[in-house]
Amino acid sequence: MSLAEYQRVPTIAAHDYESSFARKLERMWETRPGLIGWLGTVDHKEIGIRYIVTAFVFLILGGIEALIMRVQLAQPNEHVLTPEQYDQLFTTHGMTMIFLYSMPVLSGFSNYLWPLILGSRDMAMPRLNALSYWVYLCSGIFMYAGFVVGAGPNAGWFNYPPYSSATFNPGFNIDIYALGMVLFGISTTVGGINFMVTALRARAPGMSINRLPILIWGTLTASAGNLLAVPSVSLAFLMLWMDRRLGTHFFDAASEGQPLLWQHLFWIFGHPWVYAIVLPAMGMVSDGLPVFCRRPLVGYSAVALATVITMVIGFGVWVHHMFATGLPNLGLSFFSAASLVIVIPSAVSVFAWTATIWTGRVVFTSAFMFYASFIVLFVIGGVSGFMTASVPVDWQLTDTYFGVAHLHYVLIGINVFPVVGALYFWFPKMTGRMLSERLGRWNFWTMFIGFNLAFFPMHIVGLLGMPRRIYTYPTDYGWNTNNMIISIGAFLFAIGVALLIANIAISLRRGRVAGPNPWDAPTLEWATPSPPPPYNFVVIPTVASRHPLWEDRLNESTCESSIRTGAELDNDKEAIAVTALDAEPDVILKMPHDTVLPFLLSLCLTALFVGMAALTWWLVVAALVAGAVIAVAWLWPRAALGQTAETA
Amino acid sequence: MTDVSLERVPLPVGSIGRRATGWWAMLFIVATEAAIFAYLLFSYYFFAIQPHSAPWPPGGPPEMKLALPNTIVLLASSGVVWWGEQGIRRGRSRRLALALLIAFVLGAIFVGVQFLEWSHKTFSFSSGVFGSLYFTITGFHMAHVAVGLVVLLVMALWSALGCFNAVRHAAISTGTLYWHFVDVVWLAVFFTFYITPRIG
Repeated sequence: MSLAEYQRVPTIAAHDYESSFARKLERMWETRPGLIGWLGTVDHKEIGIRYIVTAFVFLILGGIEALIMRVQLAQPNEHVLTPEQYDQLFTTHGMTMIFLYSMPVLSGFSNYLWPLILGSRDMAMPRLNALSYWVYLCSGIFMYAGFVVGAGPNAGWFNYPPYSSATFNPGFNIDIYALGMVLFGISTTVGGINFMVTALRARAPGMSINRLPILIWGTLTASAGNLLAVPSVSLAFLMLWMDRRLGTHFFDAASEGQPLLWQHLFWIFGHPWVYAIVLPAMGMVSDGLPVFCRRPLVGYSAVALATVITMVIGFGVWVHHMFATGLPNLGLSFFSAASLVIVIPSAVSVFAWTATIWTGRVVFTSAFMFYASFIVLFVIGGVSGFMTASVPVDWQLTDTYFGVAHLHYVLIGINVFPVVGALYFWFPKMTGRMLSERLGRWNFWTMFIGFNLAFFPMHIVGLLGMPRRIYTYPTDYGWNTNNMIISIGAFLFAIGVALLIANIAISLRRGRVAGPNPWDAPTLEWATPSPPPPYNFVVIPTVASRHPLWEDRLNESTCESSIRTGAELDNDKEAIAVTALDAEPDVILKMPHDTVLPFLLSLCLTALFVGMAALTWWLVVAALVAGAVIAVAWLWPRAALGQTAETA
Repeated sequence: MTDVSLERVPLPVGSIGRRATGWWAMLFIVATEAAIFAYLLFSYYFFAIQPHSAPWPPGGPPEMKLALPNTIVLLASSGVVWWGEQGIRRGRSRRLALALLIAFVLGAIFVGVQFLEWSHKTFSFSSGVFGSLYFTITGFHMAHVAVGLVVLLVMALWSALGCFNAVRHAAISTGTLYWHFVDVVWLAVFFTFYITPRIG
């Protein structure tokens, strides 16, 4: 065809969401009804909500596991659980919360929010987005399959050999965990690639790198960290599985293997992962908290830089999980120093949030309560982390409940509290209805009091020497009262989570109608209707500042963002890509339509890992061949996507 | 008004060279794949510096007789792929298809020679730590070559079908980037197994 196919001047026009132009976009972008449509959707909003719902199901499962453990530990010498059942429960609880809940829930929010915040019509790679969700779901089911039939992982979530070696743990428990984690790693990697490309390319023109909301910085940093860290743990789990089933000797001390290599590979991944599951949550606070303080975030550049620097230093601290393994003291000193240094970027963010509240005019909503309490919990968790970054303190406290207290303050404090805050904040955008504020207060105070009641006394029993992971304890060690308080707190916290779910269930039907911007917030997602239409933006906005919807009162920039008027891009599904730093318009992207190929590919990958777990090699080969065929079909160059030469 | 503008700017449409989303994605695939090899080689060096009860590597440093020429074959395939890609930039579809087929043959030779080398080893996958490392790491690389061979063949087919011209060949830029990575990362594997035992 003509040269016009290779390049085009976009038509600039003004349209609203009621226009016939909007209806045309709607027909182009909407997911078809029916099962095939449901399996084939590539809409980031649909995928984001699926991620959040699935992650919450895992949160509830992991929570129930924790409650059963707290019944067992409420009093000394209880026999609700056998030691083997207890081992499987605490390992599955860790696996569920750290892998199947905490990262995916943030991926869910980011998937839903990114294109809306960035002023784009979808993620850069919508089909890859669908693949990352389906693989996540399959890996979760895969890992739980063992637990359901009584072969759940039982060597702790960090799975040290020799506990996890075939000699001492001959069942299929560890095989399923190991292979499931490799499958889960594929999902994380695929999602990470999509976030990287989206952040660098799929933004509104004018949204230069210094105008990105902090959530984008958080998830971008987490994704970069994951791409470099996840291979380490996937490799470690694969090597462990090969040791167990194929006769290699990596971690087998009897044949000059090195159990310690496992710890290195696991924690080289493990520590960046900790930041990957908190930095996006901190980003959600950095973007949400200022809205309720009625002012921009204090120290935007410092917070953005602190986010990135935390991850960079986070790659150099893994040995602080291994202080008690007998490594040379000189080495320990370096890792101790690096671990202490991380306090600096963390403190930068804490002071920025505090200053935002201090200098703002606070509106006390439920979302604000969750966000503000996160700062308190982060400081408590940070201080206990700072303590154990010191080698002698760590030697005293390692493998005690002090560590359990620390990690729960960090993971619940910096992940769950911001996530619930984000739910109160963005639920109106996702559903068009407000969550109940009255129920929200009950929800907040039960969770906050329950949480501190459950986890603060763990510091004390840890200092009193109670080891983690014991299934019961004798009467006369002085741990009884604290353990009873912990169990009561755990149930109170669970009631708080139940109130949240009740609030969601009630508000979905009867909540107040939200309108496009119920909080009078500054970023682009609030310029769309609630819930947003499948195409997000009726015309492509152009951005001139960090707060496009607050420009009338902030005077940040001499220019104005353009939201009602912009490029139409209506020649089939189209979006715009920009240059990575300055966000100059670079190319018009042809976006793919819905397809079931990602779903089918995830089934092939699952079959591959089932075949490996069952040592059924024909299934492995069949899954590889089928996967390759699907991959080729997926990548086949298409004229509609502007991938092939135009024919005359 | 804003400081960037869409007015009157002609923009390219669809997948074009380094503007294509897939090309950007491949950059990050290469980054994460490179990390896998970094951790594989980290594991090797972790063992290499430990005290050993038997000679390390067993039987002395591995022979270069097959590995060195094989390395040159693999690097040559990268050169041929580059020559083909330069061709399609001037619209020469058949030159590209030819180059991809030649690279496929060179890659297949590499795999064949590698199997030959494997069959001559006195140690095995399960005979000890060195064998586990050697076969796992070279096996990982072989798996990447195998994927690369499929990629080369599929790209050759697309080129022969006339999918591409001088403007539209983003799939080629993306696929060849992967093949170059597979070749370059072999140099790290080769250096580790064949050179470091001679200099350490």
